[in-house]
Amino acid sequence: MASIDLGKSGALHGAHGHEHHGSYLEGKGGFWATVWDWMTTVDHKKIGMMYLVAILFMFFLGGMAALAVRLELFAPTVVDATGQISGNLLGQMFGAGDSLADSNLFYNRAMTIHGIIMVFLVIVPSVPASLGNFLLPLQLGAKDVAFPRLNLASWYIYLLGSFFAILSLLNYGVDTGWTFYTPYSTTTDEGHLRVVWMVTAAFILGFSSIFTGLNFVVTVHKLRAPGMGWFDMPLFVWGIYGTAIIQVLATPVIGITLILLLFERIFHIGIFDPRLGGDPVLFQHFFWFYSHPVVYVMILPGMAIMNELIAAGSRKKIFGYRAVAFSTLAIAGISFIVWGHHMFTSQGEVAAVVFSALTFLVAIPSAVKIFNWISTLYKGSIILTTWNLYALAFLFLFSIGGLTGLFLGSLAVDLHLHDTYFIVAHFHYVMMGGTIIAFIGGIHYWWPKMTGKMYNETVGRIGWFFVFVGFNATFFPQFLMGSRGMPRRYASYVPEYEFWHQFSTIGSGLLALGLFVHLFGFLASLAAGKKAPANPWGALTLEWTHASSPPIEHNFEHEPVVTHGPYDFDTVLPAQTKPGEYSLPRPAAPGSKYH
Amino acid sequence: MATIDLGKHGAHGSAPVNDDRPYHERYQAAHHFVDREHEFDAVKMGVWLFLSTEVLLFSGMFVAYAIFRMMYPDAFLSGSAHLDYRWGLLNTVVLLLSSYTVAAAVRHAQTGNQKWLQINIILTFIAGLIFLTIKGVFEYYKKYSEGLLPGKFYSYPYAENVPYEPLWWGIYWGATGIHASHVIVGMGLFAWLYVRSRKRHFGPGHYNAVEGVGLYWHIVDIVWIFLFPMLYLIH
Repeated sequence: MASIDLGKSGALHGAHGHEHHGSYLEGKGGFWATVWDWMTTVDHKKIGMMYLVAILFMFFLGGMAALAVRLELFAPTVVDATGQISGNLLGQMFGAGDSLADSNLFYNRAMTIHGIIMVFLVIVPSVPASLGNFLLPLQLGAKDVAFPRLNLASWYIYLLGSFFAILSLLNYGVDTGWTFYTPYSTTTDEGHLRVVWMVTAAFILGFSSIFTGLNFVVTVHKLRAPGMGWFDMPLFVWGIYGTAIIQVLATPVIGITLILLLFERIFHIGIFDPRLGGDPVLFQHFFWFYSHPVVYVMILPGMAIMNELIAAGSRKKIFGYRAVAFSTLAIAGISFIVWGHHMFTSQGEVAAVVFSALTFLVAIPSAVKIFNWISTLYKGSIILTTWNLYALAFLFLFSIGGLTGLFLGSLAVDLHLHDTYFIVAHFHYVMMGGTIIAFIGGIHYWWPKMTGKMYNETVGRIGWFFVFVGFNATFFPQFLMGSRGMPRRYASYVPEYEFWHQFSTIGSGLLALGLFVHLFGFLASLAAGKKAPANPWGALTLEWTHASSPPIEHNFEHEPVVTHGPYDFDTVLPAQTKPGEYSLPRPAAPGSKYH
Repeated sequence: MATIDLGKHGAHGSAPVNDDRPYHERYQAAHHFVDREHEFDAVKMGVWLFLSTEVLLFSGMFVAYAIFRMMYPDAFLSGSAHLDYRWGLLNTVVLLLSSYTVAAAVRHAQTGNQKWLQINIILTFIAGLIFLTIKGVFEYYKKYSEGLLPGKFYSYPYAENVPYEPLWWGIYWGATGIHASHVIVGMGLFAWLYVRSRKRHFGPGHYNAVEGVGLYWHIVDIVWIFLFPMLYLIH
């Protein structure tokens, strides 16, 4: 190797030129040495993978709690003339069948567990901390995130937060709902520490979120490869960047809110307690000032994944790159001024009107994205791999979720739909139908890159079918029930709703089945999957064109120099050498700006 | 393969073994940065982002203060009357002086003046200690023994007929307590800086950590600059 090369782009080679370039997954000697290596790693890929495993485990726990909720709702709880209780299925299962209060308690706690785990431990960290961590440096052509040790710290902080959450769950769980509304969070379970632990968990997890976001913002600003300007970045990076900004700017507010909540609960300082002069609505304002932006922390990464799947899945340059990029920033900006729409019933009329109007604003950039994706599909060569099926499902489900959001943003309609199953269905269509669907699609798409193994496409498609059908069967009936007045959060209901509740519960079973099919597919791939080529999908972002599957420890053999845009399928269409294998793209065509 | 490059881009920024230059001169950027300037820029941006989260954290406290000050001005006046502005003023002076010493520490790190770098780090640490001592002994302890405590622990025997005064004490203890915890963290950081400066880690080529901690300390100061008039000087 020539020593002339030792300028900027030679940095990678300086010390490692003749060493063996092992995959990042390669063990380091013995079993314990490897474990220790993973535990102390500052490699963004390993940290991303550890996050992925932890988040999927939490997803399993939260999913079990959801099934418990659906189990209880399979039949209405009825107390007959003799005082005999029937239909309290969850209570019976846990041996509290004779007491209505006790079985309702199980329901409330299962619901809270589901909400807290899914929001704080799954969806908020899901895409940024796992796929984002893994891919951000790869897509930017960097060797790592800006602050690798901070990245590792954020992982351990996540573990610490999870520890407190699970500690609380093992102590019987809490009955506050995931929103910790006062006075539930200040008065329930008096004399027990479990609420304190749960609030502490959310507080600690906030730090993990801030550190991840801070790291990503700096990484995007400072570590782009030579030749990669802001508008040469893959749109996945734009999405993660918008997310990271919200994480940094919104999370501190929940930090102080939860501190004040702990003060309120432990010292009764009175700030949220009307008996002492405080105001519980203040808590709601504080809470939603964070938690509405964080809704976009949950959905923006899903949209980020969509950009990659749609473009690679239809072999077409993404339509309106800049519009999609700027709509990301617009969503991030608007997210800070719409928190009041969670509180239409607990604030003044003028404020409600203003927040309603602002809420409609956020529909615009979201719709820009949807229209751009659909335009990208137009005349594309759409392939129906599992991940692209998920991308198509996202378009369908997120559109339903988004459009029903407009119903809820309209004041007159919202007063009827407030606190009904309509809302439950709406945010599940966005959070699960949007983020989780995109997340599962993303895991399939990058699975070969992360593990070096191909997954079985048939198993993936079967799983997709059950997830898609199961999801709609679970949540579409909830729109119907909600619009007919079924209130949310209750452990029982009048018999008129029984049919749709049973429909919904059966749907949740199908959904769970589909997810287990995916789990099986992934485990089978790890055990006996075919070896993945560097670029099985013929995509054009750097992690596919310049890194092996799985990538080497320092990501790239040479520091990549960007010579084509992330979606230039029109000029650098990769040649398919045999089914499922693509050669690296040709050099940029004459006339392209990268030539 | 050229080995001359090991100094600049060696594995994980470590230097060749036989290099006896001081650490801050032979320090190389972490392996994913091009050079020290690149790393310096990134670290600086990270620190500023972190400071913005600190501002947002305290802003929640300030919003709570503003709302309840508007709702219960009498409670705030009567509560504030228990505070002695002279201790607050003294602490303000202490923190302002420490802002000077920490700025001087950054300057001496930039110029490589090791002796005065260490002296200024120690002085700033001591200023933090003085602040906490004044706060703890002459203010917190006094309030504690008088029963001027937040919420349910409020047991001031001569409670005048001002409703909701305990709420004021909740805000007083909450705001100053969160601030004091930042002072403690800052002192920990200065202890860490001192240990590293003893090993000659900082100098013209490498003073990220000093500057970052310095910026953090300024934020702690600024928050106090707002807390002091809000809590002690209101009429």
